[in-house]
Amino acid sequence: MASALINVPPKAKRGDVIEIRTLTSHIMETGFRRTAAGELVPRDIITSFTCRYNGTEIFRADLFPAIAANPYLSFFTVAKDSGKLEFEWIGDNGFVSTASASITVE
Amino acid sequence: MPSTRRQFLHLTVAAGTIPIVTIRPIEATPAMLGTAIRNVVGEAQLRTGKIRLDIPPLVENGNTVPMTVSVASPMTAADYVKSIHVFNEKNPQPNIGNFHLGPWAGRAQVSTRIRLADSQKVVAIARLSDDSFWQVAADVVVTLAACTEEVN
Amino acid sequence: MSVARTIIAAMLLVAAPALLAGEIPQDARHSGYSFMGPDTRAMQDDDTSNPGMLFVLDGEALWKTRSGSAGRACADCHGDARESMKGVAARYPAFDKALGRPVTLDQRINLCRANHQQATPLSHESRDLLALSAFVAHQSRGVAITAGDDPQLKPFVEQGRALFVQRQGQLNLACTNCHDDNYDKHLAGAPVTQGQPTGYPLYRLEWQTLGSLERRLRSCMSGVRAQAFDYGAPELVALELYLMARARGMPMESPAVRP
Repeated sequence: MASALINVPPKAKRGDVIEIRTLTSHIMETGFRRTAAGELVPRDIITSFTCRYNGTEIFRADLFPAIAANPYLSFFTVAKDSGKLEFEWIGDNGFVSTASASITVE
Repeated sequence: MPSTRRQFLHLTVAAGTIPIVTIRPIEATPAMLGTAIRNVVGEAQLRTGKIRLDIPPLVENGNTVPMTVSVASPMTAADYVKSIHVFNEKNPQPNIGNFHLGPWAGRAQVSTRIRLADSQKVVAIARLSDDSFWQVAADVVVTLAACTEEVN
Repeated sequence: MSVARTIIAAMLLVAAPALLAGEIPQDARHSGYSFMGPDTRAMQDDDTSNPGMLFVLDGEALWKTRSGSAGRACADCHGDARESMKGVAARYPAFDKALGRPVTLDQRINLCRANHQQATPLSHESRDLLALSAFVAHQSRGVAITAGDDPQLKPFVEQGRALFVQRQGQLNLACTNCHDDNYDKHLAGAPVTQGQPTGYPLYRLEWQTLGSLERRLRSCMSGVRAQAFDYGAPELVALELYLMARARGMPMESPAVRP
């Protein structure tokens, strides 16, 4: 179960610069830690995050083990048209998680 | 029953000197940081200015450090920020994150939360639409938690 | 003005139960929140930046999910948690008549699973148990703590207090030495707080996940180089009960964020 919290203003005026905040559940295991028995814990991180606005990519991030657990990202975009914002997180071991939010632009 | 304050303070000093054994992986070196930066910048000149890095100088816990990078840019089709890259000096790996944006962002600003294994330098670099590179660095002091827990 | 304040203060003194030696008076009680820096406070204040809310979200889904051989969900008996669970966490640990002793909110969830859902217990600190307790505790956000008011709990509160003032471990420190006598000072760069349990289960930056008050108490015990009590041990429950009773009147913050 990978849950995500998305904060997108539900309404905006055309041309407004809006903030988008996302928070998703993920352990972000660095691959550098060892168990008490001395075994290396294998890396398990989110490596890529993408945000699309009505199908067009508006923001992308490459993430490394130095990103804290439960990755938080905040970024901006200009409110252009009403529609949908889609979010995708991709990571190690076939991890894929998606979420979406809608916005009304007046 | 309640101890005197002097006894207590004496004990906290003792607590501070007890070595807490943590297994720390090999640190990245300033040379690795330099290589990681060159991988992004290539031979281009690195200039200072335009870019700003907000990170607490003294962090409460190195496992989750809030950080914001912003770039002074009009974010127009002719003059915008293409990408922002963040690096560190002493984590096992020098890269923290690459963030790709464009004129449609309206504002060149990204926030996230990072891990810092120790007190160290954090470097942020912005690539502008004219392929110029601008950098800023900040020194962060990471305080170690007073009471650490056994690894489960 | 100052006369009125004196009268109010006097009334409070009369109304409040007598303080024991070393106890922090009501008006001097501060949540761990007030010891944090602005960045960590901001993380707790905004629900879309508080990672504890990811667990609340999961807990809400679990609340509605059928579990066990009875095929029943929490919601089938308790309905809308926003109504039925409001204020509940502020009363825990609570006295269980059948067992004749106090149980924590986590133990109550597992008792419910065993008795009403015929489901296996969730292991301590498991994601599902933390998610459910976070979801339930979140319904009490802002509600004043009243745990320990039940007269049947009196001997257990006493037991918890005895443990709180008892020196332990190789450092020979009692909880009270730090959290009653020396809060506002620093230990290895970190502020010593009053140890008020207002926000559990909470997201600790150190843990990078949500954790229970029992986990926090156990890590304090390791900190003073003592043998920590097992999860669910009567001593740990008594200590949790005393801490909640000691925080009487303080508002719940679950899920809080702490360094």
